[in-house]
Amino acid sequence: MSHHYLLPDISQPGKIGCSLPALDVPPTELPPGELLRQELELPEVSEVELIRYFTALSKLNYGVDTGFYPLGSCTMKYNPKWHEDIARLAGFASIHPLQPEESVQGALQLMFELQEYLAEITGMDLTSLVPMAGAHGEFTGLLLAKAYHQDRGDKARKRILLTDSSHGTNPASVAMCGFEIGVVASDSEGNVDMKNLESVMNEQVAALTLTMPTTLGLFDPRILEISQLVHEKGGLLGADGANLNAFLGQVKFGELGYDYVQLNLHKTFSTPHGGGGPGSGPVCVKENLADFLPSPLVTKHNGTCKFLSPAKSIGRIANFHGNFGVMCKAYAYIRSLGAAGLKEVSENAVLNANYLKEKLKPYYHLPYDRTCMHEVVFSGRRQKAKGVHTVDIAKRLLDYGLHPPTVYFPLIVDEALMIEPTETESKQTLDSFIEAMKEIARDAEENPEILHTAPHNTPVKRLDDVRAARNPDLRWEMRSQGVG
Amino acid sequence: MPSPYVSNTDADRRAMLGEIGVGSIEELFQDIPEKVRHAQFKLPRPLSELELKRELSQLASRNANLDRYACFLGAGSYHHFIPSTVEHVIGRSEFYTAYTPYQAEVSQGTLQAMYEYQSVVCQLTGMEVSNAGMYDGSTAAAEAAIMACIVKKRGKVTVSTTVNPTYRDVIRTYIQARNFSIETAELNGSISSDSACLVVQQPNFFGHLEEIEACVQKAHDIGALLIAIVDPVSLGMFKPPGQYGADIAVADAQALGNPMSFGGPGLGIFACRREYLRQMPGRIVGRTVDVDGKPGYVMTLVTREQYIRRERATSNICTSEALMALVATVYLAALGRRGLRHVAELCYHKAHYAAERITKLKGYSLVFSKPFFKEFAIRCPVAPSRISQALFKDGIIGGLDISHIIDNGMLLCVTEMNTRQEIDKLVEILGAF
Repeated sequence: MSHHYLLPDISQPGKIGCSLPALDVPPTELPPGELLRQELELPEVSEVELIRYFTALSKLNYGVDTGFYPLGSCTMKYNPKWHEDIARLAGFASIHPLQPEESVQGALQLMFELQEYLAEITGMDLTSLVPMAGAHGEFTGLLLAKAYHQDRGDKARKRILLTDSSHGTNPASVAMCGFEIGVVASDSEGNVDMKNLESVMNEQVAALTLTMPTTLGLFDPRILEISQLVHEKGGLLGADGANLNAFLGQVKFGELGYDYVQLNLHKTFSTPHGGGGPGSGPVCVKENLADFLPSPLVTKHNGTCKFLSPAKSIGRIANFHGNFGVMCKAYAYIRSLGAAGLKEVSENAVLNANYLKEKLKPYYHLPYDRTCMHEVVFSGRRQKAKGVHTVDIAKRLLDYGLHPPTVYFPLIVDEALMIEPTETESKQTLDSFIEAMKEIARDAEENPEILHTAPHNTPVKRLDDVRAARNPDLRWEMRSQGVG
Repeated sequence: MPSPYVSNTDADRRAMLGEIGVGSIEELFQDIPEKVRHAQFKLPRPLSELELKRELSQLASRNANLDRYACFLGAGSYHHFIPSTVEHVIGRSEFYTAYTPYQAEVSQGTLQAMYEYQSVVCQLTGMEVSNAGMYDGSTAAAEAAIMACIVKKRGKVTVSTTVNPTYRDVIRTYIQARNFSIETAELNGSISSDSACLVVQQPNFFGHLEEIEACVQKAHDIGALLIAIVDPVSLGMFKPPGQYGADIAVADAQALGNPMSFGGPGLGIFACRREYLRQMPGRIVGRTVDVDGKPGYVMTLVTREQYIRRERATSNICTSEALMALVATVYLAALGRRGLRHVAELCYHKAHYAAERITKLKGYSLVFSKPFFKEFAIRCPVAPSRISQALFKDGIIGGLDISHIIDNGMLLCVTEMNTRQEIDKLVEILGAF
């Protein structure tokens, strides 16, 4: 099963993995030699060798199509196969981003409608589809907040507030936008600590970024008060929309008081994650931020769609218009579900998470024992007392052929295990996960060694991260073979 | 009809609600304030697979796709041949339905492919280290400029006027966000001595090769880094950035096996000198061993990254373009050194054939006399928009209208996809003006 060789190991001079046409025009003299490269060493393999190599690699991977993937905060739901086919239609895949607008009206129409659907789903006024991932969308949202305050001549707002449970991208995005960070504490219920918020929310704060539901998988019942407080002090309320799957088709960010929200089409809207992208991170805004949106937006007049740059745009954040191929899949998802289907998504996502919570509660410490939304956060505290850590629980799940939950996040929960089942999973699947987790809890008590040495039947066992970081081996090198 | 994307039956739901101890799903949403629950959503009625496929095929057919049109448009997105093997590999759902490889033991496929990607990028660019990919060429360039400011502890970047204008805009957005400053400069002029980097595109936006060694010298003379934005296909025949002394090389790698897809998803290459490894943005994969001494791969140097280092991370980048990096890897492996060289030469010869024939036409001339690769700027006798309309009627997408930069200027791109017949037809239509 394990796979030791690399492309250069099977490379042999003289092989090629595809056929190419011959030159059909008279050749021109090559440019001066000092401009040309003398060597180019790339692997040389035949087509069958190429395919077998990558097929073997694929078998070392675990995807949603392999099995249950309850990775908290990542919304690893099943991705409908035919949505892949839509993005691959020649009329969508084989068009140039700078073609004349009249020659790409179908693509612009799709983008225009997707902008409208996402604005409707979030209860906002306008959508920019340009951001290419969630963190890119966060960056965009913060730049909008910056531009908004600067445009009003309010130069004192140099700080962004984040909760202590926020995603790592949140503070990193704040730093990229040249803001300072202020932290808002969570209370013992896992909600925003209102007293703390009151003490840190002032005229120097540009915005509060508040993931809803929070990364604890909890809906903050005081969201309307939070929004009021932030706005009274002249700040904006922004959402990291990573957890929209919790109330898709039920509640609108706009009605909760948010000014901007970043979405993850590769989570909520079922576009596959690709092993780390492509993503798409649209930003939806209220009217007050519309003029600052990145260029371009798609507009429609008299049945014709056009690109447009908003009046006071923050500028360009990407070379073209965003990850259009991903937009096609998200568009197909919304159109195949409709309003009722989207509501059914969140209902089942929340039901599945609460079912797991109830069934696992006797075996794992539940730091916030209340109704959760689309995900539930446990703590491995009880097992830690026996010398078993969350990482051991995660690795043991691999032996059961299950993907582990997100671990050690959020940071405010000791030994965190963040489980997000998603709506696409059945009760049967959840029950087998519950059985595995129960057995692991029992082994933590009776046979901890089996957890410490896990996983046992994966292509490789636990890997030496320290060695990887200390002596970085980041590439192979091939010997020179001269110019081909 | 029940949804194919929800697996619970009504009986399952009842049983689960019973276990939870609530009477309805509605009760699970009690934390949400009553007055905002039950929002109304105005969305089109749902359609079945059959109906929506039909509708979207029609919508797609309203676009002039390049299976039916000849294309002489480039300027950052390129029509290149994609071997079928690429689609077949990335169509394996073990690759495309996986998450970022946090659990290395069950992600060796993705991780090893990323290691291969980093390796082929280093081979191609001549640079010492590569990350596992960025969103696109423009954001890779912007992050490179920020990295230069941090490495050099300077707050200014210099960008050549011959860099793609939209790249310049993206760099400006990122640099100003950090409260750094940006200047644009002519390459034959002087640059600020307190600049952290000089950003140059090779070949430049107009397709021509810059006197790159002089640019490197100019940057290094003031202690700045040289950031080269390159066309990865051009590296099949032209000198790579590692060889002329670039400190960071970035590129848009859509051209390496990805369809244009109206501008995305693409891929940004980011490679640099080894001394800057720990300041790089993005994922990096390293080779190590497991507890039995068996080789394996992990995401490494993670203390640079947002999920460990938070606000002190080198970038906020998380989800990027992993699948497109796999595409580039398969593409480069399929072509190999001969194949990439051949594709580059096809582009070169065909572009020069087109340029030579066009400049023989009355009223047309090349704007620049420097050597070029696959793109070149021409001056037309009339507004390029008029010419493009005529071309479109004959099934050809013309070049980019750059008349706002150069009088009656058009930027043409010729690749291996353009047959001699297509080029001759282009020339014939141009000749009618």
